[in-house]
Amino acid sequence: MKLTATLLSATALTVFGLPAFAGSHMADSMTLVSWGGAYQKSQHNAYVVPYLKMNPGVTITWDESSSEAVPKLRAMNEVGNVTWDLVDAEGPDAIRLCDEGLVIEVDHDKILADGDDGSSPSEDFGDMIISDCHIPQIVYSTTFGYRTDKVGNRPPKDVCAVFDTRTYPGKRALRKSPVANMEWALICDGVGIEDVYDVLATRRGQDRALNKLATIKDDVIWWSAGADTPQLLADGEVVMGSTFNGRLFSAIEEQNQPIGMLWDWQMFDIDGWVIPKGLPPEREARVLDFLKFATDTQRLADQSKWISYGPARMSSAPLVGKHAELGIDMAPHMPTDPENSKNTFVQNYNFWGDYKDDIDAKFQAWLAQ
Amino acid sequence: MNDQSMKAAMERGDGPMLAADGTPLKKSLARALRMQKIRALLLVAPLLIFVLLTFLAPIADMLFRSVENQIVSETLPGTTATLDDWEAGEGLPPEPVWRAFYFDLFLAAEAKEHTRLGSRLNYEFTGMSSLFRGAGRGIDDIGEDQAAAIIELDPRWEEGGFWHDLMSGTGDADVRFLDARRDRLERLTGDRYDGDIGFSPGAAVVDLLPLTARAYTDWALYTVLADGDAVIEVTPWEAVPVALFLDLRAADAAAVSGYDGPGRGDLFVAMLAARSSDPIDFRQSFIDLDEDFAIPTIWETIQTYSNRFTPGYFLNAVDLQLTPDGVSARDAGQRIYIVLFQRTMFMSLLITFSCILLGYPVAWILANLPMRVANMLMILVLLPFWTSLLVRTSAWKVMLQQQGVINDTLVWLGLVDDAARLVMINNQFGTIVAMTHILLPFMILPLYSVMQTIPPSYVRAAKSLGATNMTAFWRVYFPQSVPGIGAGSILVFILAIGYYITPEIVGGTKGVFISNRIAYHISASLNWGLGAALGTILLAAVLILYWAYDKVVGIDNVKLGG
Repeated sequence: MKLTATLLSATALTVFGLPAFAGSHMADSMTLVSWGGAYQKSQHNAYVVPYLKMNPGVTITWDESSSEAVPKLRAMNEVGNVTWDLVDAEGPDAIRLCDEGLVIEVDHDKILADGDDGSSPSEDFGDMIISDCHIPQIVYSTTFGYRTDKVGNRPPKDVCAVFDTRTYPGKRALRKSPVANMEWALICDGVGIEDVYDVLATRRGQDRALNKLATIKDDVIWWSAGADTPQLLADGEVVMGSTFNGRLFSAIEEQNQPIGMLWDWQMFDIDGWVIPKGLPPEREARVLDFLKFATDTQRLADQSKWISYGPARMSSAPLVGKHAELGIDMAPHMPTDPENSKNTFVQNYNFWGDYKDDIDAKFQAWLAQ
Repeated sequence: MNDQSMKAAMERGDGPMLAADGTPLKKSLARALRMQKIRALLLVAPLLIFVLLTFLAPIADMLFRSVENQIVSETLPGTTATLDDWEAGEGLPPEPVWRAFYFDLFLAAEAKEHTRLGSRLNYEFTGMSSLFRGAGRGIDDIGEDQAAAIIELDPRWEEGGFWHDLMSGTGDADVRFLDARRDRLERLTGDRYDGDIGFSPGAAVVDLLPLTARAYTDWALYTVLADGDAVIEVTPWEAVPVALFLDLRAADAAAVSGYDGPGRGDLFVAMLAARSSDPIDFRQSFIDLDEDFAIPTIWETIQTYSNRFTPGYFLNAVDLQLTPDGVSARDAGQRIYIVLFQRTMFMSLLITFSCILLGYPVAWILANLPMRVANMLMILVLLPFWTSLLVRTSAWKVMLQQQGVINDTLVWLGLVDDAARLVMINNQFGTIVAMTHILLPFMILPLYSVMQTIPPSYVRAAKSLGATNMTAFWRVYFPQSVPGIGAGSILVFILAIGYYITPEIVGGTKGVFISNRIAYHISASLNWGLGAALGTILLAAVLILYWAYDKVVGIDNVKLGG
């Protein structure tokens, strides 16, 4: 495919002559990597469609490999052939990629557009900038949904309902990863919210969290794709399950499933772009051009028309409007809405950047036993 | 050669047999055969090269990773060298090890290679990854005082140009020293470090200040070739003044005062300062950074894994570990691979037998029906064969889950209570059912093609000689169909042993195979070495089973078709 692209552009050069390219010095094709599904669709509608309208000569290809971004980027780096131009990555992955030097560090103030209210990018994104390599797009949360028809007249209000199999019998869906599960386990084991990461940094604390999870191990269906939990809830296979809040939104509002939201101690996470290291200059120039456009105030606000994730820029918040197809107000469905964010847990990225290897090794061995 | 001499040779009965053109027949034949062989080789060359390049070479490369372990000695060359003299079990290593570790880790952290090493060592001792990541961030603090102290002596120590002149010296440049440092950086980062850096260390300086020359040259190479800055414009990083203080404490005072290169006065002043200040206690500095550095196991692990090749991954793959005292079992909480190998073998065998049980009657019916009907029914076998694997697996999910078709039917029939629906998925049962269905065509097709060739007259003859239906089948028909069973079983078993998508989707935690762990290590934990070791063991197991099968049944008896 690459060869074909090269041949095609070579042909284009000879047919249309050089002037068409003069002055741009940007590659005319780009491969974006994201998560597929509704999320990628929202990015496509909000960023790519208007960008292509402005730049008719450009082709953009989507690759749905973000869940394997770290190993694939590492392999590309080892071989010395980077085929991706811009990669959507979760906070901890971005930190890890940055630590390993697989993605480039950027100066947010230099490469991004100012906010519509005139604030500089670093002010506008504020705390959302968690790494020098990561350009934030949205805030989402990992939280629980439950079957409204299976909890009787006492819908769960507390995240510890997940560990309460007596009141809420039935299976639960949890992500096949220690992130978030370990924190919830400690909270429900009586650890104070401000101590969670201190406890989790110790070997004893890790065992404590696993022991708490062990109390429901037989009742858990472990998921690895974001679409699993909504499906399991819709089928009635599980009584409650964790997933990304946007997935639950579409199951509830777009597919009218009998699912309720349990926002208690939702786990905030930030998703954003990283730029692979080793891009040729003309491709990097194209990426930076796209990035500046795709992360401006209006584009981030537009994205929330398609999915219930909060824009990472403060200046985008007032522009969040109604759902593009359903016409409902999006603000009450955002994880950042005051009504939803009474108890929120902000994932400690640096902690997970440092401890993911350690704890994941333990967690996976625990799972396999 | 003419007829007469040939005749003469034949009459004599000796001499070589000759071809028509007079060359010895043997030679002529060999030439003809060689031409044929070359032509044949040329014909298969495209495929051969393709297979070699795209299949065998990557496999060999991947398998090589199961023993390769250069990362430890390439990232921490000084540490591993000094650790050689240390006996594990003596508590913590001596100060020279900590000092070498400081310089190794400093450079690795600047080049962002320390996190990879941390991940690598974390496979052997959990906790090393966070330790290295934290230490990489904090290591700048260790030399802070020295860097500040030297600038206090004279602000010129902050100037890149001053350092450059000092380290260049006046005499000959030590080119070999520079090249050795280039090699060191190339091994560390895997990138090339060729090209002019606008600096070469003076031989006299290398002699007088060996540690400083090393630290400074590393810094210069990295600054120019990786960061693209000029040496004279940037202040060297903290490791350089730290090295300078160490050198000046250790150097002969007369040698320093007798040195006549540029900056000799400043060097002498710095020496007095270095000798009057407290030396850095590297051990304490690291323990202050993270108290885990005081765990001797950390150092034993680095020592044990400092060789370029390691059996560690293979030991890990069979729940053992390499320790300074030799090979020992892993902690109970980490022993999972033997169980997984056993489970993989057992379940693959079970799936193979299920396929024989279900496939044999189907193949028999297909082989004994009239061609037209048989072809129609064959479509039913092939249709699922042509359907996407993921679709079939997902369909089983719908069938087997607790709110699924089978449970609903059983509840509706009153056979199962609504509150006690059967658990048929996310366990071993789910994996066996779904995989048996998916692999069934691989059993039916070879069975069918073998059975088609068994003449019906044999069974009829047996019956006419008085055999019962059972005897005729068992003594006459079945033995002739065994080659089909053999072929089908090999296909199904070898495919089953390496399956991972289906177990991943329907297997839960108890119904997954070793291949799921391989996939996890390749794509999530990035422990490619362990993934490769597990893969190698799996490959070896298949080859051994194949060999055993050949010995017991004979591979000639396997038929994939008539």
